[in-house]
Amino acid sequence: MEIGLNHFLVLSTALFFIGVYGFLTRRNLITLLMSVELILNSVNINFVAFNKYLYPENLDGLFFSVFIIAIAAAEAAVAIAIIINLYRNFNTIDVEETDTMKY
Amino acid sequence: MNMESIVFYMLAFLVLSGGIMAVTARKIFRSAIYLLFSLVGIAGLYFLLAYEFLAAVQVVVYVGGIVVLIIFSIFLTQAADSDLPKALRGRKVFSFLATAAGFALVLTQILRHNFIPSGSEPVSTNVTEIGLRMLSTGEGGYALPFEVVSVLLLAAMIGCIVIAIKKPGNS
Repeated sequence: MEIGLNHFLVLSTALFFIGVYGFLTRRNLITLLMSVELILNSVNINFVAFNKYLYPENLDGLFFSVFIIAIAAAEAAVAIAIIINLYRNFNTIDVEETDTMKY
Repeated sequence: MNMESIVFYMLAFLVLSGGIMAVTARKIFRSAIYLLFSLVGIAGLYFLLAYEFLAAVQVVVYVGGIVVLIIFSIFLTQAADSDLPKALRGRKVFSFLATAAGFALVLTQILRHNFIPSGSEPVSTNVTEIGLRMLSTGEGGYALPFEVVSVLLLAAMIGCIVIAIKKPGNS
């Protein structure tokens, strides 16, 4: 069977929901960040597959993926700065215990 | 089964097994390494689709940048050999049911939908073409988002320094 658009869409859907599962079950902030990276990557696969199989005359999906990668890098850097600051102040990065601003 | 399918299924196995292990591994350092395998597999998928530039960007930014950053932050914030706390059983079951339901819903929509290719002549995806299109200001050019992203990266860099800097006198 020839590899087509549906193969890539099913793969990216599975990867997206793996990321969502990790986001819902994990309690450590760094592992939450890893789950977000998985979700962003599944979106990138979608963009590139649509670009390749549906609109090969444009490069829009490629550019969207490049910009998503750039924004993901910025987001990861800021998130890790926040996590390190949080660890310095509370000595933990467990989402259940960092609840000073909760109420 | 031709060569392309075999490569695709191997890469899909790498991506999905790496992803599953990354969200379920008990040790956080192993979790980061499984994430690395998953990201490399995605770069392989881009190679399979003949988007070599994007695959290179994926390897450089994700594997060389973000995963290394995550590993450094693991070293800075916790003992790498300690196990993560187990998730509550109820939460695990609920999350699994929610994600399985979402997966089934999206899957039925994808498989029922009939995608119509535009059927136009494919454009070449070499770096020259990508560079010309990305920096063009005309129709279909991406010069403005390019500049906006550069400002965003500068803002993120300054923000990181301001957030993570150690204040003098704050032990």
